[in-house]
Amino acid sequence: MANATTQTSQREGFGSRNVFILSAIGSAVGLGNIWRFPYVAYEGGGGAFLIPYLCALLTAGIPLLFFDYAIGHRFRGSAPLAFRRMNRAAEPLGWWQVLICVVIATYYAVIIAWAAMYTWFSANITWGKGNEQDYFFADFLQMGDVSTGLSTQFVPQVGVPLIGVWLVVIVIMTLGVKRGIGAANMILMPLLTLMFATLVVQSLFLPGAMDGLTAFFTPNWEALADPGVWASAYGHIFFSLSVAFGIMVTYSSYLKRKTDLTGSGLVVAFANSSFEILAGIGVFAALGFMAMAQGTDVSGVASSGIGLAFIAFPTIVSNATGGSIIGVLFFGALVFAGITSLVSVLEVVVAALQDKLGWGRVRTTLVVAIPVALLSIAFFSTTTALAVLDTTDAFVNAFGIMAVALVAVVLVAWILHKLPALRDHLNKRSSFRLGWTWMLLVGALAPLVLGYLLYNEIVAKLEAPYGDYPAWFLGIFGWGMAIALIVLAVLLTLLPWSRRSHAKLDPDYDEFLVEENYEPDAETGSIRLPGEAAKGARS
Amino acid sequence: MTTTAIIMMIVAMVTVWGGLALAIVNLARHPEAADDEPAPPVEL
Repeated sequence: MANATTQTSQREGFGSRNVFILSAIGSAVGLGNIWRFPYVAYEGGGGAFLIPYLCALLTAGIPLLFFDYAIGHRFRGSAPLAFRRMNRAAEPLGWWQVLICVVIATYYAVIIAWAAMYTWFSANITWGKGNEQDYFFADFLQMGDVSTGLSTQFVPQVGVPLIGVWLVVIVIMTLGVKRGIGAANMILMPLLTLMFATLVVQSLFLPGAMDGLTAFFTPNWEALADPGVWASAYGHIFFSLSVAFGIMVTYSSYLKRKTDLTGSGLVVAFANSSFEILAGIGVFAALGFMAMAQGTDVSGVASSGIGLAFIAFPTIVSNATGGSIIGVLFFGALVFAGITSLVSVLEVVVAALQDKLGWGRVRTTLVVAIPVALLSIAFFSTTTALAVLDTTDAFVNAFGIMAVALVAVVLVAWILHKLPALRDHLNKRSSFRLGWTWMLLVGALAPLVLGYLLYNEIVAKLEAPYGDYPAWFLGIFGWGMAIALIVLAVLLTLLPWSRRSHAKLDPDYDEFLVEENYEPDAETGSIRLPGEAAKGARS
Repeated sequence: MTTTAIIMMIVAMVTVWGGLALAIVNLARHPEAADDEPAPPVEL
C-alpha cells in the first residue's frame, strides 16, 4: 500500500557502518578543527591545555555524542520527528535545531567559497607579497561599512564561487544518503587526511617550525587555575564534535538497526581530536616560520579564524619556499573539510522536511536547498557579508546551539526522564557499555557546564554591543535572528504532519518497534499487539 | 624544541592518537552484523 504513494517508505541509510563513521567524522572535522583549535589550545595554556581538553572530551563531548546517537537511532527520524516520537511536546526542539542549521549553512558556504578562491590565488600568489591583509578586505571582499546599511552590491569574485559551492552541495544532497553524502565522504575524507598530513610534514621543514611547536606545546600550568580556560575547553569540544544541533541525530537515524553505536562514537570522537592535534602541529609550525620571517615572537603572529586563514596563511605562502604548495594544500583542506560539514548541516534540514512532508529525496532537496542557497547568496556575496557573518555566527552559536543543547539535555533528562531508556538502547547493541556515570554526565554535568557557558555569553553580549556593530544591525542579525528561530520552530511544529509523512506512516519504524519489543507508536497507525503490527504495516 | 615541549607533544600524541587506535581496535573486534547478507548455510 505504501508503495503506491510517491514517497519511498523505506528510510534511506548509509551503506555500512564505516561509511557512517567517515561521514560523522566528515561532519565533526570542519573549519573549527583547523583554524580554531590551535589558537584555543595555545591561549589556554599550550601543552597544559591537554588536561582540560581531554576532560571536556571524556566528560561532555563523548557523552553528548552518545546522547545524540541514542535519540536518532532509537526514534529513527530527523530531529523534529525523533523528538516528536519521544514526546509530542518536544517537537519544537527539533525544528529549532533545523532552523539553526539553516542559518549556519548560509554563512558556512561562503567561507568555503573564499577558501576555494584562495586555493586558486595561492598557486599564483595573486594577493602580492606584503599585501595580504589589504587584499583580503579591500580587493577580495570589497568590504563596506555596515553602519550605513546593508549592501546589495554584488561582489562577483565571492558570489560566483559561492554559487558554485551551492551547486556542488545540491548535487551531493540530491544523490541521497548512500550515493551522495556517503560517497562524497568516502572520497573527500581520505583525500583531506592525505592533504593535511602532507601540509603538516611540509610545514615542519620550514625554518622556525620548531619554535612554533615549542610555543604550542610548552605548558603553562597556571592556566589550569583559570576557570575561563576550562570553559573554553568545554565550549570548544562542544562545537567541535557538532553535537546537539541535529546532525548526529539525523546521521544515526540512517544506521542499521544493529550497529555498535558507542564503539562507532568513540572512533568518531577520537578521530576528530586526532585531527585537531594534527592541525595544531601544522598551524603552529607554519606560524613559527612566519614569526621568524617577521622577526617577532610566535605570540605576535598567533591568531585564529578568518585572520589565521585569510591573512596569516597567505603571508606564510608568500614567504615560504614552496609556499604555493602549502597554500593549495591548506585552502584545499579547508574546502574539503567545509563541504563535508556543510552537507551534514543541510541534511538536518532536508531530512526534517522529507519526514514532515513525506516527499522524495530530489524534490525535498531542491525545495529546501534552493531557498537556503538564495538566502546565502543574498546576504553573503555583498560588501557587508563579513559583518553579517561575524554577527550571525556569534549569536547562533551562543543562543542557538548552546541554548538548544541546554534545553535538550534538561528536557530529556529531567522532564521526560528518558535517559535510562536511551542508555538501555545504546547498551543493547554496543561494545562500550554505559552506566549511571553516563546519565550523570549528560543529566547533571552537561546542563551545569552549558548553563554556565550560556550565562557568560548572555552577560558578555549584553554588556557591550558585539563587535561594536550598530544597535539596529545586532537587533536584526543577532538577537532578532536568535529569537526568530524559536518562534519559527513553534510555528513549524503547529503545521500538521501530512498523512503520508513519516510521523503517520512508517512501516519500517513499526517493524523496528516490534523487533525491539518497544511500545508501539501512537501515530504510525499501528497501535496493535506486537507481532500483529509488523503484519499490518506490511500489508 | 625544549624538553618540556617535547614531552607534552608526545603526551598529546599518545593520549589522543592512542585513543583513536584503541577505539578502532575495539570496533574491529565487534564487526558489523550484516543483516542484509544471507545467513551462513547450516550443515545438516
